[in-house]
Amino acid sequence: MSEPTNPSTPSGTTTTDGQGDLADPAARRALMSGVAQVPGAEKPDPILSVDRITRHFGGITAVDVEHLEVQRGLITALIGPNGAGKTTFFNLITGFDKPSSAGKGAHWSFNGAKLDKTSAPKVAKAGMVRTFQLTKALSRMTVMDNMMLGAKDQTGESLAKAMFKPLWHSQEGEVRAKAEELLARFKLLEKKDDYAGSLSGGQRKLLEMARALMTDPTMIMLDEPMAGVNPALTQSLLGHIQSLRDEGMTVLFVEHDMHVVQHISDWVVVMAEGRIVAEGPADTVMANPAVIDAYLGAHHDTDLGDDDLLRDEVVKDLHHEADEEEAARRDAEKGKR
Amino acid sequence: MNEFLGILDAVVGEAISPDTAAVAIAVIGLNIHFGFTGLLNIGQAGYMLLGAYGMAISITYDIPLAVAVLIGLVVSVLFSFILGLPTLKLRGDYLAIVTISAAEIIRYTGRLAAFEDFTGGSQGIFGKDYQGPFMDLSFFGSGSFDLLPLNYRDAGGGAGLRVVGLLVAVAAVVGIVVIAKRMKSADGQAPKIGTTATPKLVVAALFVVLFLALFFSFPQTEPRTSVDGWWVRVVAWSLVGVSCIIVFLLVRSPWGRLLRGIREDEEAMRSLGKNVFAIKMQALIIGGMFGALGGMVYVLTGSVQADSMGRQLTFFAYTALLLGGAATIFGPVLGSIIFFSARILVRELSGAYVPNSIMSTQQTEQFSYVVVGVALVLLVIFRPQGILGDKRELRFHV
Ligand SMILES: Nc1ncnc2c1ncn2[C@@H]1O[C@H](COP(=O)(O)OP(=O)(O)OP(=O)(O)O)[C@@H](O)[C@H]1O
Ligand SMILES: [Mg+2]
Repeated sequence: MSEPTNPSTPSGTTTTDGQGDLADPAARRALMSGVAQVPGAEKPDPILSVDRITRHFGGITAVDVEHLEVQRGLITALIGPNGAGKTTFFNLITGFDKPSSAGKGAHWSFNGAKLDKTSAPKVAKAGMVRTFQLTKALSRMTVMDNMMLGAKDQTGESLAKAMFKPLWHSQEGEVRAKAEELLARFKLLEKKDDYAGSLSGGQRKLLEMARALMTDPTMIMLDEPMAGVNPALTQSLLGHIQSLRDEGMTVLFVEHDMHVVQHISDWVVVMAEGRIVAEGPADTVMANPAVIDAYLGAHHDTDLGDDDLLRDEVVKDLHHEADEEEAARRDAEKGKR
Repeated sequence: MNEFLGILDAVVGEAISPDTAAVAIAVIGLNIHFGFTGLLNIGQAGYMLLGAYGMAISITYDIPLAVAVLIGLVVSVLFSFILGLPTLKLRGDYLAIVTISAAEIIRYTGRLAAFEDFTGGSQGIFGKDYQGPFMDLSFFGSGSFDLLPLNYRDAGGGAGLRVVGLLVAVAAVVGIVVIAKRMKSADGQAPKIGTTATPKLVVAALFVVLFLALFFSFPQTEPRTSVDGWWVRVVAWSLVGVSCIIVFLLVRSPWGRLLRGIREDEEAMRSLGKNVFAIKMQALIIGGMFGALGGMVYVLTGSVQADSMGRQLTFFAYTALLLGGAATIFGPVLGSIIFFSARILVRELSGAYVPNSIMSTQQTEQFSYVVVGVALVLLVIFRPQGILGDKRELRFHV
């Protein structure tokens, strides 16, 4: 899988500190080459910066992040084993959950603005929009209505103006056109008049991603966007995400599929047991002992060396083992009941 | 036969009574809460009572009618804030608990002897104390008036002609139902109605036929202007019409889309940058204002008596809403009309045909509620979306 370049994207939309056009892979590599490959490394131009954010659930510490920066204009992957705290971390920084360390040194800012006390809708309005691991389709509304809800700054959403159609009619048309365009891209156009509740699991993932894009986010945070999406469509969506980046959007996504991570991410952050354990470009970070430790735990003795870990068979094996463990755990739970 | 037709006469009379219209307005408000936004307000009667008190007490202090109505509405808005501020951030169940208790608090406060000077205590405020300004507005003149001056009596017919009129009315209803179903299924899955205007026109014509046939057979005679005359009826039903138009305009807008989005999933709405709390508050206020307005109309024909607007009325409102179809425009109106007339039908029928030894007059009243309750249970089982609702919506569990 080679890095597709997008010569057609408008150039010059994203220039970061004179680093050149980020649509160019070489420029991106150059940009990140100076970044230390350690947890909490400083980035040339961070769009999101997080400090001392922790979250406890009873006895367990789900998230304990000392420092993290996310580079503007790049695709950053957040990976880690199940239960590492990725989703919880998303919830915390998007205002859906409060850190246990709130008021005790927890700080995070987006695009220069502090978010410490910002509510979820305001975070979204500021341009940081997230999707959910467990999709939240608005079931008893049509796919089109789902999409149109996403659009920002709609005149007709103000109660005072809602009753007067001429005030919002033309904007409604624009929103609809934009929604149709996105739906076409996500292969959902023929479903536009169906209830969202009638979509399949994968289609809901797509709908949620498309709906998030309706808000024109500065930064989009995707929680396992490709889970349950078929490979061909995954491929085309990855292309889509890349073109979003090339147009200047920042992407932070959680993904378990290492192929996807390898394929599109410019930078990878690895979480384990709530902490950031490693950072680096996709091709080297998996070789980091801390990462192998996090992912393999008990298989320490296996000599997985460096790149081996990324080979299909190994990844598959790992997936398989993970599945088995999951199944065993479930059986055990059933037994308990 | 004549006895049966007489019963139907009473049923038709109930269908167009001002009380039915008043409840319909309150149900329209409840529809905004529950049907569109998913807010479980179990205190709509409290809103009605507040509106009624607001208007009636103001008038007893010689405040002009328009201002009095405004006061009633403002009071309901304040009530919404009091109920909504602490609960709308929490899960939906809390609003339910708070609204039902708040409505009861208002009812008991209204009954308190301490406030007898304002609310009249448990006796209530008598109609004559506040109806004046409203009746003075009437330009209907005096005397009485038949709805449909041309009716079976003038046509010289007796029971036979009435039955013919009744059959025509039934045929019109059947026609409306058939065409409406066709229109729904015509363009496949989409819930849109009719691509051309023809079926709509036919339905409209059938409604006119229904109206004419019904009142040809069951002419309603009422005084033009009196405590319970045409003036009150016309105003009440006009308000129902205006309320329907307002709700239609609101829910077809992007704002209405927000309401439905919140009904489906608040978290998703928050992730899209929508201020869920503010929108829920707006919905609570708007629906509450309709409730207050309904309460004001409700007391125009009687008195403001706290106990007449208790939990029971809220449950009637929910029944009417589910019957007609939640989250539809005309569902609340249709539901209210059918609910109240069906109850009268049951009551009158059992009064007329069940011997007194089995059921006394007082028992028929209670029996009518039992039957209506059973009917509601059957409705929820066999047609949970209500008469006008869209069945497809029920396939998804939320
Ligand atoms: N609401 C909650 N109450 C209690 N514990 C929770 C809650 N949410 C998450 N946790 C715990 O926090 C830890 C991190 O969970 P989280 O969902 O963030 O993991 P994740 O990295 O997203 O995993 P996955 O890859 O499986 O989605 C888990 O151990 C989980 O059990
Ligand atoms: Mg997760």
